[in-house]
Amino acid sequence: MSVVLDLALILVILALALWVMLARETFVAVTSFIAYGLLLTLAWVRLAAVDVAMTEAAIGAGLTGALLIGAASRLRKSGYTLRRAQASLPRRSLALAVSVTVSAVLAICLLWLPEPSPTLVPEVTAAIPATGVGNPITAVLLAFRAMDTLLEAIVLLFALIGVWSLAPNELWGTRPDVPHHADPQDVLAYVARVLPPIGIVVAVYILWVGADHPGGKFQAATILAAMWLLLMMAGLVKAPPIGRRALRAWLVAGPLVFVAIGVYGALSAGAFLAYPEALAKPLIVVIEVALLPSLAMTLALLLIGAPRGASTP
Amino acid sequence: MSLLLDAVTVLAVLLGMLFFLAGTVGLLRFPDSLTRLHALTKADNLGLGFVVIGLLAQTSSVLAGAKLLLIWGLVMWASAAVSQLIARSVREDAEP
Amino acid sequence: MNATLFGMCAAALVGIGLYGLIVNPQPLRKILSFNLIGNGVFLVCAVIARKGAALGMAGDPVPQALLITAIVVAFSASALAVALLLRLFEVSGTTSLDEDSPARTDRDGQPS
Repeated sequence: MSVVLDLALILVILALALWVMLARETFVAVTSFIAYGLLLTLAWVRLAAVDVAMTEAAIGAGLTGALLIGAASRLRKSGYTLRRAQASLPRRSLALAVSVTVSAVLAICLLWLPEPSPTLVPEVTAAIPATGVGNPITAVLLAFRAMDTLLEAIVLLFALIGVWSLAPNELWGTRPDVPHHADPQDVLAYVARVLPPIGIVVAVYILWVGADHPGGKFQAATILAAMWLLLMMAGLVKAPPIGRRALRAWLVAGPLVFVAIGVYGALSAGAFLAYPEALAKPLIVVIEVALLPSLAMTLALLLIGAPRGASTP
Repeated sequence: MSLLLDAVTVLAVLLGMLFFLAGTVGLLRFPDSLTRLHALTKADNLGLGFVVIGLLAQTSSVLAGAKLLLIWGLVMWASAAVSQLIARSVREDAEP
Repeated sequence: MNATLFGMCAAALVGIGLYGLIVNPQPLRKILSFNLIGNGVFLVCAVIARKGAALGMAGDPVPQALLITAIVVAFSASALAVALLLRLFEVSGTTSLDEDSPARTDRDGQPS
């Protein structure tokens, strides 16, 4: 019975992926991409990866979809038509041959996976009690592979710097423009007044419960970023100027705290990002709480983009 | 007792699926955006509502049931707001 | 087990994304294809995590945690790509990377 369910899910996912590729209007392609992302969330749940499912729903479908819809609508508003161009026949047949070959090779490799497959579950189960958290994914992210999480936070900052560096020279340091309705009686303004308190409560809950159940700071940071974006799009707050020192301080505060704890671990427990025995859980909580505002702001600012002049072609 | 709960779940989820089907058929067959919005509200309110009622019979604690009802309430509220925004933008596009 | 089914789905997704990447000249479509390829690769990783289930855990948590990192980094790469695309459009008035693509029309609908 569950095989039928999985098969149906896979067929719809592949159909949506084909529609993303073959849709004639780019806006339709982006919308099917969002639907595809939400169905992929169900695929993660069927593969027993609930944390990944929450992250996919929040960032993979939600934020990436919002990013692409913003880009498509900005291009469309400037009068640029977005129809799919038909490539030449040799190019299409070459692409078909290459993609079928790659798919076939990948499928064969997947059928050749060793059985029983090597796994790290015994080591993780043996080492989890020392970290004090109950959710193995949080333990892996913040205790066993904390270096990866630190580097990921820094990569996000680099991406933000890359996006900001695309601003025209004379606009460096000014506010990015967010498309918004400025009417204070609007439905959007009403939603932007009622939803953020609920969103903040849900985000803090997901952050806190991520220690023992599926959840964690990435999903919480995405919800906070979405609330801030909602406020900016409703016109209730203005986007911050990217040259403001307080904004930059908030952005780097999270990774700096992380690095500081790493150095403290190097001095007191023998290796960078090692935790002293009794302080593991408090340090993990401190890292999560410190990273939350930085991550939320970085994600929201990545979505808004660089300041751009009023002179759109 | 658990048989009764399972029967309630199956019945309610089937009813919910019926409304989702109706909403999807409306989305695909209605001529313009405003009528399609009207069809989608059936899926959101009644479809999701019946699915949530069916799942309530399977929860093990009051807190889990309360979370399900909160999800239903938030989805209805958000879809109402978004439907208004879509309808307004359709009307603004229609009149030159 | 359903892991093999999802593995086939992942291989198909990578193929579909690769086809779209090669065929579509518009950068926004290429970003969509890049995301599809990325999701296919993530699905492969999740299949491997599912096969590593043992001792009461339904999946190996190490690949799953790396998947969360990967999804976030893929979003940041897409954000940077979209920023580049919008800047290209501002500077040159077109988003096509192909010189003789028939999709270029300016505001009056005339091919330019």
